[in-house]
Amino acid sequence: MAANTATTETTETRAATGAGGPAESAARPTLVLVGHGMVGQRFLEALAERGLTARHRVVVLCEEPRPAYDRVRLTSYFSGRSPEELSLTEAGFMARHGIELHLGDPAESVDREARTVTARSGLRLSYDTLVLATGSYPFVPPVPGRDAEGCFVYRTIEDLLAIEEYAGRHATTGAVVGGGLLGLEAAGALKGLGLTSHIVEFAPRLMPVQVDEGGGAALLRTVEGMGLAVHTGVGTQEVLTGEDGRVRGMKLSDGGELAADLVVFSAGVRPRDQLARDCGLPVGERGGIAVDESCRTEDPHVYAIGECALASDGRVYGLVAPGYEMAETVASALAAEEAPLAFTGADTSTKLKLLGVDVASFGDAHGAAGDCLDVVYANSRTGVYKKLVVSADGTLLGGVLVGDAEAYGTLRPLTGSVPPVDPEQLVLPAGAGDAAPLGPGALPDSAVICSCHNVSKGSIREAVTAHSCTTVPEVKKCTKAGTGCGSCVKALGQLVTAELEAGGVEVDKGLCRCFDRTRQELYEIVLALGVTSYRELLDGHGREEARRGEGCEVCKPVVASLIASLAPAVGASGYVLDGEQAALQDTNDHFLANLQKNGSYSVVPRIPGGEITPEKLIVIGEIARDFGLYTKITGGQRIDMFGARVEQLPVIWSRLVDAGFESGHAYGKSLRTVKSCVGSTWCRYGVQDSVRMAIDLELRYRGLRSPHKLKSAVSGCARECAEAQSKDFGVIATSSGWNLYVGGNGGATPRHADLLAKDLSDAELVRLIDRFLMFYIRTAEPLERTASWLERIDGGLAHVQDVVVHDSLGICGQLESLMAAHIAHYRDEWAETLDDPERLARFVSFVNAPDTPDPTVRFVPERDQIKPELPLLSIGGRRPEASLEGSARV
Amino acid sequence: MSTVTEAPAATAQVQLRPGDGEDGPADWVTVCTLDGLLPGRGVAVLLPDGTQAALFLDHEGRVHAIGNRDPFTGAAVLSRGLTGSAGGRPYVCSPLLKQRFDLADGRCLDDESVRVPVYAVRTV
Repeated sequence: MAANTATTETTETRAATGAGGPAESAARPTLVLVGHGMVGQRFLEALAERGLTARHRVVVLCEEPRPAYDRVRLTSYFSGRSPEELSLTEAGFMARHGIELHLGDPAESVDREARTVTARSGLRLSYDTLVLATGSYPFVPPVPGRDAEGCFVYRTIEDLLAIEEYAGRHATTGAVVGGGLLGLEAAGALKGLGLTSHIVEFAPRLMPVQVDEGGGAALLRTVEGMGLAVHTGVGTQEVLTGEDGRVRGMKLSDGGELAADLVVFSAGVRPRDQLARDCGLPVGERGGIAVDESCRTEDPHVYAIGECALASDGRVYGLVAPGYEMAETVASALAAEEAPLAFTGADTSTKLKLLGVDVASFGDAHGAAGDCLDVVYANSRTGVYKKLVVSADGTLLGGVLVGDAEAYGTLRPLTGSVPPVDPEQLVLPAGAGDAAPLGPGALPDSAVICSCHNVSKGSIREAVTAHSCTTVPEVKKCTKAGTGCGSCVKALGQLVTAELEAGGVEVDKGLCRCFDRTRQELYEIVLALGVTSYRELLDGHGREEARRGEGCEVCKPVVASLIASLAPAVGASGYVLDGEQAALQDTNDHFLANLQKNGSYSVVPRIPGGEITPEKLIVIGEIARDFGLYTKITGGQRIDMFGARVEQLPVIWSRLVDAGFESGHAYGKSLRTVKSCVGSTWCRYGVQDSVRMAIDLELRYRGLRSPHKLKSAVSGCARECAEAQSKDFGVIATSSGWNLYVGGNGGATPRHADLLAKDLSDAELVRLIDRFLMFYIRTAEPLERTASWLERIDGGLAHVQDVVVHDSLGICGQLESLMAAHIAHYRDEWAETLDDPERLARFVSFVNAPDTPDPTVRFVPERDQIKPELPLLSIGGRRPEASLEGSARV
Repeated sequence: MSTVTEAPAATAQVQLRPGDGEDGPADWVTVCTLDGLLPGRGVAVLLPDGTQAALFLDHEGRVHAIGNRDPFTGAAVLSRGLTGSAGGRPYVCSPLLKQRFDLADGRCLDDESVRVPVYAVRTV
């Protein structure tokens, strides 16, 4: 529940108060903002943009123990995002603008006569302007047992943490009351926690507010297909508890009972207007602080914005975009702008991804206007449902999209106008009939592309033509478009490219300053012409001005990787340090180890599938002890040894190779590890031998050079202990074979992998992975992981499926033979290096003193191991913006 | 390396002058032979006073030397960076945080306020 009593943290900004403001601060009027949610933060930004933070003393009272975060993406916490990553408050924002933020200290009362607010801590603030952005609270239906231990609501990070904690100790089954938007989010969260999950919805379908019956049916099939049990058309009568007072189930209105150890109420929200009620401000019959078009309450000193406000059109908006508009409206009024904004109501169109299903609704989705016509496309096989509502004269009034909401970006802005093509063509899938994909190019300039920030197509075009933006990030910065929910980013990209091309600007898609070709084009050149050297490629195919130059740090490793990937096919040496190739490699590849911050290297031998004998463990332990290395277990189920100097690498590796280890390629853009659980061999739940499969795959693809690192995992059953769905290619055992997932990622932008194919035999699985990896290597951009590649390439997952499963391009034979050649030519780079005195000669700290270790590489003790002793005199540095290099994690 | 065989200069001595004084012909330090360098790649040199230089051979056969210490991190690693050229001037890109340094004058191309030492080099 929102009412937490977390510690009153001293604010990060109190000390910095006044930093943004000049000396006249005493004379500045005070603005108190109650509530620091998404809308509150947006309001602060709107103030800052208008220079109002310098003219006011701004104080924020926030009930939650943390600053504003992205509540819309709350569920992504379960896919690995930390609370910090959900934060919406840019570091230093408060200090920079001199804003005082009081966390964990909610406002408790307002005295409008005296114009003061009192917070829970006793802090009393005088205000000249008060802005209420208190949001809403979850509605819990008055059923018996609703306060039992094990009942939760789903609104804040604290709620989420409480659910997670309770589920871990007491629950295997959970029920969500409410099948609306938030209910589905909550059910997804419970599923993410590994609970068997039920959804109980009183209405006859899921998401009754947004979708119609047909859309609800498509959604139901997809949601049930994910293993969630859905009960529609029934109410919750009572929460049942056991003798220990904890939840044990629910009694339903149809007389049935449902066993559940945990209940989440997600049956809608209500405006939090108590503070306003208590100080006598008018509120609506069904709640909400009544405001006028400038979001001002009856009291001229008090405003209300976001979900707590009852707008002048008599509605309470529970979406973030209208809340943002209200925030801008108040800021505009406070700035006394000549033409202040007015909030008269908002578009409640939404597009979201719930449980991985795209759902969108816009305009008059239910055909409430009367006298309107429906155009419907429904495909129960694929779970796609699309409905457009049009008027008799062909004007698009609204629509519902379930399962495929790709067209949302185009359709929503067209609402209210007659589309340039027949509505049938707008709902048919691409490729069916005469369906013409209608891009954002067809939209009028007035069409709103980004509804979160209300940015029109005209403004985006202007950013390119008048403000000289040439890339999507620049346009985002200039217009704010695409920085809210992100659903318009694709349309944004298309518009920017179209506008640049229309303006005669050639969009440079080249790899770097040396090549005007993309990586994929270079791949095709290397393969077709059998190019085996960088010099040949640069002088023959580089930009005119770069030919016969030194090249650059961007294209050198890319070309080295291409030649290495294609070495067997073009007749190049597969050894990455031969001849000219040696000069192209990043230092990690050059020394076959990972450079660390003090100039020392780390060493990672391959441990296929994470399986290792005690003898080999002892060898690693002995080596680490003898060379004084810092050891750490990696996330990929192997062991990293840190702190080796260049000249120690060959000695360390000769001992490792003697003990049967080989290079783990932790230094390369290549296969890292194939992680596994113990599988059917030991685990009582396992259905396949995941360890054997992981070892087979790791040995098959070891040493494969690719556009970026590749990670994989194999899980022996659907419990997914190996976390295969967060990998570039992940395999999960089924009772009849293997499911193959692709395009997963952890790291900064986690992505769940997509299912590429189901119930594969061993041979089918391996063949598909061969094709998938080679297709990725062929078509990806440098340092583009499979996750972003899959998001970027035209047609996305469906296209990749067509190519690698159905061989739609007729290239599978070639992809397989390229992989076969790689496997046949694989040799351990470290064993090869040790066999060659000339190659070994470069492993010295100094060319003129080969026996002298680098004296600047020094260590100090920490927790019984070593850590780098860092030089005192570095100036510290930020990476230049142009840098492409990825991280060097194992 | 065995690949550079055509020019008699391959076995020529590469010398470096550690001090930045105007003269001092006696101060040249012999560090390696020319064929010990790989075009596009650097090596580290330990100087008599304990400081380090990074020595590079570009693909036209010119030798350059700058300080080996990366001023942004304090680590002695510039010799291990990738080289390139911008506007016809060769540079090295630090392998740690990727700042680029002009091989002829030591200027950092990504931060005007930073410069690394440059050493005179010659082959004899």
